[in-house]
Amino acid sequence: MARITMREAISQALWEEMERDPKVFIMGEEVGLWGGTYAVTKGFYDHFGADRVRDTPIAEAAIIGGAIGAALTGLRPVAELMTINFAFSAFDHIVNQAAKMHMMFGGQMVLPLVIRAVGGGGRQLGATHSQTPDAIFAHFPGLKVVAPGTPADAKGLLKAAIRSQDPILFIEHATLYQTRGEVPEGDYIVPIGKSTVARPGKDVTIVTYSKMLEISLKAAETLAKEGIEAEVVDLRSLRPLDMEPVIESFKKTNRAVVVEEGWKSFGVGSEIAARIYEEAFDYVDAPVKRVAQTEVPLPYNHTLEQMMLPKVEDIISAVKEVL
Amino acid sequence: MEKSDYLNLYHQMVVIRRLEERAAELYQQGKIGGFLHLYIGQEAVSTGLISARRPEDRIITAYRDHGVAINCGLSAKEVVAELLGKATGCSQGMGGSMHMADVKKNYWGGHAIVGAHLPIAAGLALGDLYQNQNAVTLCMFGDGATNIGYFHEALNLSKVWNLPILWVCENNQYGMGTSVERASAVSEIRQKADGFGMKNYQVDGMDVLKVREVAEKLFQEIRAGSGPQFLEVDTYRFRGHSMGDPERYRSTDEVHRWQENDPIGIFHKKLVEMKVAGDAELNHQADLAEQEVAEAVAFAEASPEPTVDVVFNNVYVEN
Repeated sequence: MARITMREAISQALWEEMERDPKVFIMGEEVGLWGGTYAVTKGFYDHFGADRVRDTPIAEAAIIGGAIGAALTGLRPVAELMTINFAFSAFDHIVNQAAKMHMMFGGQMVLPLVIRAVGGGGRQLGATHSQTPDAIFAHFPGLKVVAPGTPADAKGLLKAAIRSQDPILFIEHATLYQTRGEVPEGDYIVPIGKSTVARPGKDVTIVTYSKMLEISLKAAETLAKEGIEAEVVDLRSLRPLDMEPVIESFKKTNRAVVVEEGWKSFGVGSEIAARIYEEAFDYVDAPVKRVAQTEVPLPYNHTLEQMMLPKVEDIISAVKEVL
Repeated sequence: MEKSDYLNLYHQMVVIRRLEERAAELYQQGKIGGFLHLYIGQEAVSTGLISARRPEDRIITAYRDHGVAINCGLSAKEVVAELLGKATGCSQGMGGSMHMADVKKNYWGGHAIVGAHLPIAAGLALGDLYQNQNAVTLCMFGDGATNIGYFHEALNLSKVWNLPILWVCENNQYGMGTSVERASAVSEIRQKADGFGMKNYQVDGMDVLKVREVAEKLFQEIRAGSGPQFLEVDTYRFRGHSMGDPERYRSTDEVHRWQENDPIGIFHKKLVEMKVAGDAELNHQADLAEQEVAEAVAFAEASPEPTVDVVFNNVYVEN
């Protein structure tokens, strides 16, 4: 197994799927000649050509709407949104078209569509370019929302997404691109809609996903030194949401902290906490705590921006509160 | 065109007219829910356009879509059944009036968000271009849709990528109750295509043969690789925007003036003048159409409701 970055893992998945299936193609802003704003599609244009690595105008509704139409004809487009913040310009096409069409026309329309979008804060890009609006998209039935936290999952889930018959929003965290991990070579598939235990433990359950997996694991390491064994559950996809490993873990630990990068109100933590209360109320020994971004538009200033984002210490103190 | 082709067009137009008149009654009886947008007055537009397409050409339109469905070859039965929300409807009762489709007949809907289907149409054409299919996508939309961003993004993309698509603006003079002059910077809609370097035309939408003639030419040119082209069709809806429209924005005089140009009446007169058919023969066609619609209504009323499985089984392909 090779130890590669998340960027390389995603790039590998795309490359292999395009080699495997001529119906797979990429469209988006600067995906071609430029090689991808985050260099994920570097080298693709020269290898696959302009027809399969399509540079688009800066027009998000046309990118997503166009990808929907192409998917309806049986192609498997991978549409790239330079950042998830630009998804708002294509919001109707994502949540009101892609998420509805299969159902609304009685099952006759099929959209094997993947939308790759880069999200997350912490890069001093200011309030409009730093959001983690994953929960908003996860609200809509008909859409699947996948957000990997490790390079291996990124590869396996992206391959699964490209082969799926359903519209999928695939969220990549910008500050994870350099993260390294063991990634199986070749045809490695991770099924969509399966949460997983990223670290076993017995004292408390930390539920998280994407970038927050990284800092949750760091918090768990620190806690272990103090004799507290945290079990970390990685959701991997928000819709479908696989609660089984979460509930199973909670029944063992009776305590949970949910960690997300987005805002707390109406967020992933709210949903997970509610589900724990609904499905495992008899096992609750302490109120579920939510660790999330402070509810402000993110500032540009580095120190202040970092202050607003969830940190290892926030998780540690939340864990200590529920113990 | 053979005599049977002319009669077929006439038949389609009368089916649409009778079907929608019955739909209005069914709506008033509370048997059709939601919104109901009637195409009455505009029948010549889609009938003429779609008569010029080949089976491989894709059709996509907005929410005033019952007539387009009939022209694409859907039966009156499955159209009325969809209006009644029945399992036998073309969208299994999941879509209703605004969301009719039959992808096997290359009819891609029936879209209710103004302008949102234009980028999707560009994608359909991209699919054909990518797969070297010699097919044209016909995308119809109203004058109101030309003021929203989707229109501009889609037309621009279609020109940049030289997509095989025929953009057709059905200018029925009003976006809901707002006249073109009050909503659009240019009242001659076709001028907007100039901004994208796209060839554009205008035609009288009350004359089915004129619409067909220009559509045939444009389908042919686009099929030969001309890239996207734009057609503005002047037309008028004789009924309100939807059921329950108080119509304060237009005078009855104006409506009557347009109604004198009834597309079915014009076509009837022309067929007699051209000696294609006599009054009796055309009236017989109209009777057949009326009978077809009556049977469709009976079929739809007798059809079963969809089961809840249809809902849950169609949220995703892979559950």
